[in-house]
Amino acid sequence: MAVQLAETAPPTAKASPSSSVMAHAFKDAVITGLIALGLFAPLIGFETVIIDGALGLDYRPGTLAVMVGIIFVGRLLLNLTVWSPNRKPSVRSGPTIFDRAGTTIGPAMKPLLLAFAVGFPFIAAFAMGGMNESRYLIDLGILILTYVMLGWGLNIVVGLAGLLDLGYVAFYAVGAYTYALLATSAPINDFFAGFLGETFWANWAFWICLPMAGVFAGLWGMMLGFPVLRLRGDYLAIVTLAFGEIIRLVLINWVDFTGGGAGIASIPRATFFGVPFTAGENGFAALFGLQFNPMHRIIFLYFVILALALITAFATVRLRRLPVGRAWEALREDEIACRSLGINTTNVKLSAFATGAMFGGFAGCFFAVRAGFVSPESFTFDISAMILAIVVLGGMGSQIGVAVAAAVMIGGMEMLRNLGFLNQIFGGDFDPSLYRMLIFGFAMVAIMVWKPRGLVSTRDPTIFLKERKAVSGDHVKEGHG
Amino acid sequence: MSDTRTAAPAPTAAPAGGAEPMLAVRGVKTFYGNIMALKGVDVDVHRGEIVTLIGSNGAGKSTLMMTIFGQPRAREGQIVYDGRDITKMPTHEIAHLKIAQSPEGRRIFPRMTVFENLQMGASVDGFGHFDEDLLKVFDLFPRLKERINQRGGTLSGGEQQMLAIGRALMSRPRLLMLDEPSLGLAPLIVKQIFDAIRELNRAEGLTVFLVEQNAFHALKLAHRGYVLVNGLVTMTGAGRELLERPEVRAAYLEGGKH
Repeated sequence: MAVQLAETAPPTAKASPSSSVMAHAFKDAVITGLIALGLFAPLIGFETVIIDGALGLDYRPGTLAVMVGIIFVGRLLLNLTVWSPNRKPSVRSGPTIFDRAGTTIGPAMKPLLLAFAVGFPFIAAFAMGGMNESRYLIDLGILILTYVMLGWGLNIVVGLAGLLDLGYVAFYAVGAYTYALLATSAPINDFFAGFLGETFWANWAFWICLPMAGVFAGLWGMMLGFPVLRLRGDYLAIVTLAFGEIIRLVLINWVDFTGGGAGIASIPRATFFGVPFTAGENGFAALFGLQFNPMHRIIFLYFVILALALITAFATVRLRRLPVGRAWEALREDEIACRSLGINTTNVKLSAFATGAMFGGFAGCFFAVRAGFVSPESFTFDISAMILAIVVLGGMGSQIGVAVAAAVMIGGMEMLRNLGFLNQIFGGDFDPSLYRMLIFGFAMVAIMVWKPRGLVSTRDPTIFLKERKAVSGDHVKEGHG
Repeated sequence: MSDTRTAAPAPTAAPAGGAEPMLAVRGVKTFYGNIMALKGVDVDVHRGEIVTLIGSNGAGKSTLMMTIFGQPRAREGQIVYDGRDITKMPTHEIAHLKIAQSPEGRRIFPRMTVFENLQMGASVDGFGHFDEDLLKVFDLFPRLKERINQRGGTLSGGEQQMLAIGRALMSRPRLLMLDEPSLGLAPLIVKQIFDAIRELNRAEGLTVFLVEQNAFHALKLAHRGYVLVNGLVTMTGAGRELLERPEVRAAYLEGGKH
């Protein structure tokens, strides 16, 4: 009986309000359509065309109608389905499927990702049917890993210490130019040529400059840090943004030193710890008895950036367990409490800034050696924004989240270039790559709606006190809490 | 309020550590912009004492406590701790002099675990006797041990207060300053916390400077008390003695001894 009642009751109860729901939904959709019409009329309705050498206006009522129609129908459908008042909200109790997936596959995730990253060049070569064919994939892997490393570096500043840095690209640039300038410097080359051989500097420049690039970037981080660290929040963000731009403008305008907008070309390539990747008999291939292949260098570069990124991650994990790393996180939580606990907040902020900048410098040095060319064009605000987006999307402070976000963002952007199949739907004139920024924007909005605190929003404690450690259990009565 | 200066403070129960006070606040004036929040405050805290500062909302209690810690700074007057002038000393250096503070609003680190919060408390003193101090805090507040791996922000108000006091104790302070530890807590928890303070003072001779609105409990606990009204100390005397004063009763105690 009860079951029957439950089944028959809703339709009768629903009958009368459903028409008003429909009317309401329709009205709302009409209003939205009118707003869309108002917005789109000037944006889409007009097109500037050149008529007999003069600028004229063309009208596009058809396109305008289609756009407004899409908005109207979409809104109507949403009103009747997702936003319908009759729709029962799905009540979730307990963890979502993602959270549960996270706890079950979470522990296995890191070794799996690491193994994949290490084996990636071989997987790529195998999948593409040859080393040369896998070049695109391995280049993409290098790009992603560069951003993973930059993300992990910025994560120290933004994610752990909570200092919003919009000018991180400045340190990337400092690292790149450190290597570019030192490696192409004739006096240094001559100096070493005197007693260590003609090719010494060209072969060893990268390995000598790599630590220097980090140190220089770290010093620049401190130089920036000193004046701005009394600022907080928005003000700090604006000053760091300006700093990023200043570095770029200096690189453009100091032509004598940096080569200006033309940049610095023919930077020495990376070597296998002094052994160049050349076809000659002193080259890498000859030394290891392999057939010469330019891909050796690319694969080696892949492992260099992988190692650099892992060093960044490892250093961060270690630092978080040390007092200084704990102080970074405490600083993010409550600056005043930190000071009351005897922490010199200025030093803590400076150390966070310098450490983050140092890893940015390493990444920059790698960028210069990979590209063999640097110019100020490569260090625009877009890069800062991209790195910051990776950190925020990954979940501030989470290493694995940042890595996944970098792979999704950079890899995803690349994948969006290859939307050729859409041509079959929209016809040959349709250029899908024009829409990738739009899709990218949608993806970011979607993540922020569903995972507003980033992909991995929970913070891992740096330490767990186990029961067996020192403290005896007799302080706690059973069932006390 | 003419009897501002009653007889010399006579710490009855506590051992007075010589004539020189441990903490001496002399004529301190603190401003927020152009508004004078403290109008020349004098407070003495002797070794081994529990001293309480009571007053209503906006009297300047927390301001005095924060001024002693250098944020904001006193514009006039002098703060002397252990014979050293700390009026102009940076806050983190003051903390290194073994003054610990449980600030207003507790200010624990919400996303860090209880254990990490306690580790932060030990920043000043290094980690030489961390385990020993941790056990002491657990003895005082067994509840913290149960919550050790839980995030600070997920604790109840009382537990957060215990954590704030525990965190302050991790630096092995010689002077413990507490700002309204009873704020917003159930009477039972307030009693627990005040018992803990009394125990710390009795067993280890810890000097405590307690800022409270809960005048009844605070004055019962303290050896001496100060009454702060509109940025001025209007009364001072032994805790029990102040409790008997009709002015104090009228201003702070009527309406129920909670």
